[in-house]
Order: sequence, then C-alpha cells, then structure tokens
Amino acid sequence: MARMTYAQAGLQAVIEEMRLDPKTLYLTTDAIPALAKEFGPMRTRPTPIAEAAVTGMSIGAAGSGYRPIVDWRQVTFCFVAMDQIVNQAAKIHYMFGGQAKFPITFRAAVGGGTQLAAQHSQSPYSMFMNLAGLKMILPSTPADMKGLLRSAIRDNNPVISFEANRLMSMEGEVPDGDYTIPLGVADVKRKGTDVTVVALAWMVQEALIAAETLAKEGISVEVVDPRTLVPMDRETIRASVRKTGRLVIADEAGPVCGASAEIAAVATEDRATFSAMKAPVRRVCALEAPIPYVPVLENHVFPNRERITAAVRDVVKGG
Amino acid sequence: MQASPEQQREMLRQMQTIRRFEERASADYHAGHIYGVVHAYIGEEGVAVGVCAALNRDDQIVSTHRGHGHCIAKGADLDRMTAELYGRETGYCKGKGGSMHIADFDAGMLGANGIVAGGISIATGAGLAAQLEGKGRVAVSFFGDGASNAGPFHESINIAASWKLPVIYVCENNRYAAQTAATQTHAMPDIAGRAHGYGIPGIIVDGNDVLAVYAAATTAVARARAGEGPTLLECKTYRWRAHTERKGQPDYRPKEEIEAKMAEDPIARLMRHLMSQQGQLTEAEWKTMDTQILATIERSTEFAKSSPFPKAEAALDDVFAV
Repeated sequence: MARMTYAQAGLQAVIEEMRLDPKTLYLTTDAIPALAKEFGPMRTRPTPIAEAAVTGMSIGAAGSGYRPIVDWRQVTFCFVAMDQIVNQAAKIHYMFGGQAKFPITFRAAVGGGTQLAAQHSQSPYSMFMNLAGLKMILPSTPADMKGLLRSAIRDNNPVISFEANRLMSMEGEVPDGDYTIPLGVADVKRKGTDVTVVALAWMVQEALIAAETLAKEGISVEVVDPRTLVPMDRETIRASVRKTGRLVIADEAGPVCGASAEIAAVATEDRATFSAMKAPVRRVCALEAPIPYVPVLENHVFPNRERITAAVRDVVKGG
Repeated sequence: MQASPEQQREMLRQMQTIRRFEERASADYHAGHIYGVVHAYIGEEGVAVGVCAALNRDDQIVSTHRGHGHCIAKGADLDRMTAELYGRETGYCKGKGGSMHIADFDAGMLGANGIVAGGISIATGAGLAAQLEGKGRVAVSFFGDGASNAGPFHESINIAASWKLPVIYVCENNRYAAQTAATQTHAMPDIAGRAHGYGIPGIIVDGNDVLAVYAAATTAVARARAGEGPTLLECKTYRWRAHTERKGQPDYRPKEEIEAKMAEDPIARLMRHLMSQQGQLTEAEWKTMDTQILATIERSTEFAKSSPFPKAEAALDDVFAV
C-alpha cells in the first residue's frame, strides 16, 4: 500500500501498464514528463491539438496491433472527435464481423468544481453509454483509479476512463504492484439497511459523508459505487435495493437520459427488486443547465452531500 | 518505375475483375439480392490497381464507401466479398457490414468506411503503427475529393508530415462529392496543391492511366519506406455510374461530360497499350481473360447464394471483443 492522490494513481496505472506491454503508447497534447522520460518520444507523443485525427489514429494503430492510450484531458475536448468515437471506435469491431480488436483507452476528466464554465465542465457519460461498443469506467477513489485503469488498458475494446476533476487531489491508500479491478464489478462502499444510494465518482464521496450524517439520525445508508458504467453490475445494484427497499441515485451529471435514469430502470424493471421497493426512486443530479462559472451559480447547479441527505430523509420518511 | 509486361497484364486483369464485379453487384442490387446500397467503382479502377500494385501484402490500406475496388486490388477474396454483399454468414463481416464496411485485415485492408473522411485518420494511425514497428511497412489512405474538404484530412496530413509517417494519401478526384460538383465547393481545383502547406510532395496524376498511377505510387511508397514521410497523390478520375445505385437518385452530371470521360476508360487504355506491343496481349488472350473473370465472379455469386444467412441472435455477437 502507498498513499497517493487519485491523479497519481492514474499515472501509476499508466506507467505500470506501459512497462508491462511495449505495444502501449500514450497520445496527448502535452506529453506527461514522467512518461516522456521513461518511455521516450516514440511511445509518448505530444500531439497537435487535433482530437479528431488523434482519436482516429488510435483506431488505426490499435487495429495494427498497438494498444494506444489517448488522453483527451477535459472530456469536452473529445466532442470534436465524435465521428471517430461514435462512428468508428464504437462500431468498427462489430461492423467488420469481429475480425480485428481495437484495444484503446481514452482518458477524460469529467465534472465540475473547477470554475472553468460550461465548455470545460461536463459529465457526458450517458451520451456514450447509449452506444453499444464502448466500455467505460468511472473511478471514485485512488485505489479504484489504479485498479480500473489498469484493467481498461488491458481490455481488448475501446474503454473510456472518466476521471472526476473534483477527485484529482484526493488522497488514499493504493495497493502496490499488479492491482486490477475487473470491469463490470460494482463496489459496496458502505453497508447499510434502510436505503441504497447508488453514487457515481465524486458523488460517492459526498454520499459517504451524507451517510455519516444520516447514521446519527438513525438512518442506515448503503452506498453502492457501480465503478464501471458499461458493463454495469446490475445484480449488485438490485441486490442492495432488494435489501433496503429504497433507492436514491446521486450523479454529478444532469438527470435527463442520464446514467441515473439507467440505474433507476435497472432497479425498477426487475420484478423482484420492484416488489421489494417501499418508496419511489429519487435522483440527486445536476440541475438542467450548462455549467456556469462563478461559484455561487456553479455550486447551485451541482448536487452535493446536503441534497443527498435531504433526498434520503425524504424517501425514508415518505416510505 | 516501369511495370513489367507481366505486371501490366496483372493490372489489366485486376481492373477488369473490379469492373465485372461492380457490374454484377449493381445488377444484383437492382435485382433485389443485395440490400442497402452499392457505390460502384466503375471508371476509377486505375487508381486502386495502380496504387495497390506498388504495395506489399503486409502494407495496409483504408478505403471509402466506394470500396470494392480497393478490396480487390489489395487481394481480398471475391467469395467472401460477394457473400458480404449478399448478407451471408460467410461474408467478411458475417452480414453486419455490407458493401460499405468490407474489411480484410489479413490482406492489409483495414476497412471501407461509410463516413466521408472517416478513414483518413485511421490510415494515419496505421502509419504510426508501421513507423513504431520499423519494418518498412506503409499505409495508404484512399479518399475522394469530397473528403479533402473535411477537417480530418488536414489534421491527419499535418501530423503525418510532422512525424514523417509512412502514409500515402491518395485522393481519387472524381470531380463530384455525391451530387455536388467540386467546382462549387473547392476554392482551388487541385487538391495536390494543399500538400505544399504541409511541406510534402503533392503529385497530380492521370488516374485513368494505371501505369502513371503505379509509377507515382511507387515513388511515394519508396519515400515512405525510406522514412521521408507522406505524399499526397491526387488521381484525376471519373465515376461512370451515379453516386449510388439506389433508385430515384438524381445524377446532375452533364451527359456529354459522362460520355467524354467514359472515352478515357482506364481498362481500354491499358488493353490498347498492351495490344500495340508485340506479343504482350492478343485479342484472343483478352477474351480468355475476361471469360475467366466472369466465371470467377459467377462462382463467387453461387458461393454467396448458397451460403446461409446469419442467425438472428448473431446480432449480439461481436459487440465487444473478448
């Protein structure tokens, strides 16, 4: 175990995978010094700010036997590469009848709290969940970052690693060495009996704080972190809801057609889970607006521990 | 570099194979055996064949929506191509891609692409892989005049030029982007001129002269293999048929223009050239060649027709790789 930040854990995952597999390479606009120093200019390329071409190139390199990692930095920058992501990366393996593999990792910082306004603050994972063909991880702790990102790099498909801006400086214990977390396995971050809070990324940390507050009021909260959005561990979510009978979903993204909507459907479409429910599902999400700049506005748009606490009290008392 | 008489006869055979394949595909499409769409490559055969003749099997190409010619020139199997058009389990994509998505990774054909300019950056990435591998392989990006106006064209060539990637950008300038004439959408008529902005050679060649295409491609490939970087090769050509075979699509091109361009037929041109050279091709040999090609295509069609459709449940196979 070593103590490090979420951002450091991500870098460690990349370094360790690049050491293991000489076919890995790292493409990003500003080369990361630690990678450039260890792996040299052939495998760590500073690219022009041309996400469409760089993303497309990762597909060609992957189809030719390499294992590229493309760091888009802010997720909003990848929107200029939507053809390469949506029409090419997501579909190409299937469209060609599975004859080639496209192992690509796309890294993207998501969420807000940075006062960078709408073009640098977004959590658009559901836009990509809606496509078949892309896997995606969403780590909420430094340890999960390392374990999930290593698995993402090893996966033989395009995987997007959504990495929360607000967690970059969060510190935690991270297992040493070859530590991986399989894609598609949720983690119960706190056990509880009265209500399940399924939380994503930064909201996992907010939900854990909310759970402490609620425990003092006699409400026992179970916090479930899906960790992987595609594939999603539906059974862990359903089992938790069957146990507690109540579901609150906390997501830094907006609610409409969001991951939160999908999670609500995962619970309610299952007869046994629905039958066990004592209250309607509640979602705690961003308000429906582009993310504004000044903190008084930005903080108003984003969900937080207080809103989770209020939602949990509501479903428990209402049910 | 001069192609040997034997190479020239092989180029003729490949061009005629593409033409006969496309004639059959169009007819079978109109007869209702092929779904969706077919974009026929007839008239442009000289480009695919001339370029691919300069490549090795382990070199890679990325194609376009009008991709059958590139597949054939790179050595794809006609049975599996036809089966894919017919949507059969034995097709290259097991019935999931159809005409616009045929790929044969074993033959270095990294796929046709349904999005205009969609393949240019993919080919550039194949070039990056070739450079990293260091074995002298090259990648070719085929695209049309329409794609040359899209962002990925510029972004990709800039990167390839900066990094000296072994990529040959082959623009098949057939003068129309779908129904729209290039004269209405291009600031300058020659696409090759854009190469100067990236400091790489921009070569214009008569795309209906397969030997000229081959010579220019050979030079570009040698430059790429030597680590000197990419070339933009503009092949002026013309498609004889409408943009697609779909019924009811307008074709605004002047009839006189189409007829004049058809007179530049790349196949007739090479055939005449070979026949004019003592002992290189006789009328009888040409007839035999064509008969054999037609027979091969007939066999491929039979193979496709006798192959099963995929099972409906196979729609969920290969969404993800294992």
